[in-house]
Amino acid sequence: MTFMHIGKDFTPPDVEGKVTGDAKYAEDFRREGMVFARLLTSPMPSGRIVSIDASAALRMDGVLGIITADDLPPSAPPANPMLASEYVTYIGQPILAVAAISEHVAENALEQIKVQFERRDFVVDPLDSLIEGGPDAYPEGNAMVLTAPEGDENTALVGRIQPVKWPAAEVEKLRMGKEPNGKFTAGWEYGDLDAQFAQCDVIVEESFVTAGYPHQCMEPRTSMVYWENGKCYFHASTQSQSSVNNGLAAMLGIGPENLCLINENTGGGFGSKGTSYPSMGIAGNLSRLLNRPVQLRITREEEFYIGVGRPGMQGWIKIGVKDGGKVAAVDLVIVSDGGPTGQNSASSSAGHISVLYQPDAMRLRNIPIFTNTAPRGAQRGPGQNEMAAALAPIMDKVAKQVGIDRVAFRKMNAANSDSGIYEDQSPVTSAFMAEAIEKGAQMFDWQAKISQPRRRGNKVIGIGVGQGYHGAGGYGYDGLVRIAPSGRVYIHSGVGNLGTYSFAATSRAVAEVLQCSWDNCEIVRARTDRHLPHSSTQGGSNTIFTHSRTNYVAAMDVVTKLKEIAAAEFGGAVDDYSIGEERVFLTSDPAKGMSYGAAAQKAIELGGRYSGGEYPDDIDPITQRAVAGLAGTGLIGVAKDNLPRKGTPPGEIVGFVEIEIDLDTGKIAVLDYVAVADCGTVMHPKGFSQQMNGGGVWGIGMAAYERHVYDPQNGLPANVGLYQSKLPTMLDVPATMANAAADIPDPFNPMGGRGIGEPSQGCAVAAMTSAIADALEGHLFNRVPVTADMILNHVAQNDFGPRPLKLNTF
Amino acid sequence: MNPQLTRRHFIKGVIFSASAAASGAGYYIASAASRSPGAVERLISLNVNGRVRRVDVLPQETLAHTLRYRLNLTGTKLACNRGECGACTVMLDDIANYSCSVLTHQVKDRAVITVEGLRAEDGTLHPVQQAFIEELSPQCGFCTPGQVVAAAALLRANPNPTREEARQGLSGNLCRCGAYDHYLNGVMRAAELMA
Repeated sequence: MTFMHIGKDFTPPDVEGKVTGDAKYAEDFRREGMVFARLLTSPMPSGRIVSIDASAALRMDGVLGIITADDLPPSAPPANPMLASEYVTYIGQPILAVAAISEHVAENALEQIKVQFERRDFVVDPLDSLIEGGPDAYPEGNAMVLTAPEGDENTALVGRIQPVKWPAAEVEKLRMGKEPNGKFTAGWEYGDLDAQFAQCDVIVEESFVTAGYPHQCMEPRTSMVYWENGKCYFHASTQSQSSVNNGLAAMLGIGPENLCLINENTGGGFGSKGTSYPSMGIAGNLSRLLNRPVQLRITREEEFYIGVGRPGMQGWIKIGVKDGGKVAAVDLVIVSDGGPTGQNSASSSAGHISVLYQPDAMRLRNIPIFTNTAPRGAQRGPGQNEMAAALAPIMDKVAKQVGIDRVAFRKMNAANSDSGIYEDQSPVTSAFMAEAIEKGAQMFDWQAKISQPRRRGNKVIGIGVGQGYHGAGGYGYDGLVRIAPSGRVYIHSGVGNLGTYSFAATSRAVAEVLQCSWDNCEIVRARTDRHLPHSSTQGGSNTIFTHSRTNYVAAMDVVTKLKEIAAAEFGGAVDDYSIGEERVFLTSDPAKGMSYGAAAQKAIELGGRYSGGEYPDDIDPITQRAVAGLAGTGLIGVAKDNLPRKGTPPGEIVGFVEIEIDLDTGKIAVLDYVAVADCGTVMHPKGFSQQMNGGGVWGIGMAAYERHVYDPQNGLPANVGLYQSKLPTMLDVPATMANAAADIPDPFNPMGGRGIGEPSQGCAVAAMTSAIADALEGHLFNRVPVTADMILNHVAQNDFGPRPLKLNTF
Repeated sequence: MNPQLTRRHFIKGVIFSASAAASGAGYYIASAASRSPGAVERLISLNVNGRVRRVDVLPQETLAHTLRYRLNLTGTKLACNRGECGACTVMLDDIANYSCSVLTHQVKDRAVITVEGLRAEDGTLHPVQQAFIEELSPQCGFCTPGQVVAAAALLRANPNPTREEARQGLSGNLCRCGAYDHYLNGVMRAAELMA
């Protein structure tokens, strides 16, 4: 299919402000009378707040007030509360906020506040809590257990925090990399596992540990809030727009119609700003208490604590292969570290395997354990990407035992358009991973690379291949387009601005359908009161697929209305009319027609559904309010995405990497990187390249650098700064990174595209861990990241094995 | 990093200001309250983006703070506020510096250029800005002003860098989005535009 706009580069409307400094982020806004809030946070990983005495602080000149949990609705654990009430469960947990005329005065006021604590035992490694007699992160226990409500066995199970303990021998088995037999609280299974394993020629068992680590968005999550006439105006750092509204409004105790969320730009989210988060509620409620504009600026150190992080996991896997390379059975145990908030990505980790290796039978047994470490949340490819990291070298070992090339092994097991995924073996919209692998191997010159000598003096070469997967799209959101009497096309987007430019790339679906110039289009976004439709969270690699569809249906509604208006004006049937050159006209006599602007004027005169006075019953209340706000201002196209569906649109990428390990220093240099995506049509080539390469950088960081480190004696984090929790610099990644796509359109997106933001990291980290093992003659660290000290210890034949498993401590 | 403005030099400046570091406050906790008034001239002249401006600056105030909160030049971003990331990069006499790690009083005799000062008088974008747009170099954009200034400073010192030299030149500027490849494309294109 030939497109006017899709698949072509353009200049997104927000990019110039980013290079000139004009782009505004939440902290850049000021308001007359604005005061500054600072947080008092927990100094200990686990404890009980006995008393708070803020009297001296409140007597200080310039101090305007404080907010504590007593001013806020109660929150049941493990939900991350806005402010801690009785118990603190991590270092850095906000306990109260002070507002003052300057940050300086607020900081000094914090020094005057006396908080009495009782210390509680804490835990940083889930296995230390799971073992009998181990400490629990919460007074109630260490795990969320589904239980029947007392006295009512017919009611749905509810989650309660309870202690779950394994016998010491079972924990010890897992620590030593063996299959444990303990209580699990989650999991799934499909196929006949025993029967499939019985058919296998090769069976490999391994353990694995993947570290959690902070998101470390460049923009700390500052909020600036003020209230006017009962309505809250909220400048926030958030990766989504419309999908934040309801949660934030609930935090503030108001209806969403009384919230104006303002978010022009966001300095990175990576999953940590997809929905409303607790510090937003602190700022918003404090502003209302004081009746003053309040800015709550979050520091880099605070961002480490409250900015959440990727969960770590420890586990055991057994993989069986039959028929010369077909993956037949996978048995998987995962003990997840959810920090104090319990983010659990184990099902997604298992899903990664189910998609990319298509086992005939599979089982996941999982227990998430709370720890007194930093809160956890979704981070770029949650679950899938850490499994990609752990799995790649293990699958390489399997391929070697089978006697098959690593790339051929992955291609043999790749998903296609008829494949099933996850526990229900549900369908995908389409999949062409084998084509992507083939293309990538050619671009990378796989055969030549693996044939080269590996030793170069004190350096060794490693060649790796890895795959990433994430579900890449959703259904059922709304699109909203307006044509003004001037003829200008306004595309209303509630997606948000994470920095991927996908809000703009998907808006071009409207220009495509209306066959109009992109210069005549304007994207309306960034403020709720600009009448924005109900949109998905901007995360989960879903925007490209999800909002191509919503913009398509809204634009198609515009086309229908244009033709109806023209038919009413010039006679004939609706189907007798066409559009082109920003006009609607009689196909048989193009002179009979009108411009889009004239049609918009007619729509206003006609009223009703043509200009937003009426709207479809099935659109979301957020979109209903947006349409009502626009009513009478032009021709309104609005629709819910009711296009045909078929399961999950998969985002799949294969990555290839060549590395050089310095055996004297343990340093890993990345020499070459190639990634090829199975993501349907590439809708915005430069945006695609940004996500492919950026994800590649993330994969390098996950493979070799980034991790939580906690002192097991005191529970203190050892690496809260950027230089300690090191993210890759320009010198840690190749000077050039290559990418491409299989470029086969997805039949369930009218524009053909699927997302790739998350698997772009998974394929890179997998290729990296594959290459590290390859460089070291197949040695498995069974742990991610593989840091320089681990490599040096291995080379020196020091006793640094993968076992016993441990997490957050090293 | 300007050898005249090393971390050690910066720390000495803080000590001379009789101040103690307070993480996150944006500047340094004052002992100014106990200082005799007038010990340091607070109203100073700063040459910022080619204009001399009179600014009331605390002795312990960082240049990033002055630029953002007194001169409203919010293009200079604070991502770490402790010399780790480069989001606050400005030019001092044509050399890239982290403005979070420079005391404003130390630069009153220097020419400060922020991202806002790179455009021509008529609004024409600096070649680095133009090239960064053409190559779609930014992602989220929060580190971009620092990348732009670092690239402009690099090209003043070395108008025709190799890609490797550009990589070294921008290595003090972190990008969490991982847009490094596109930033390097932007630098190389900017060098072509300036040739």
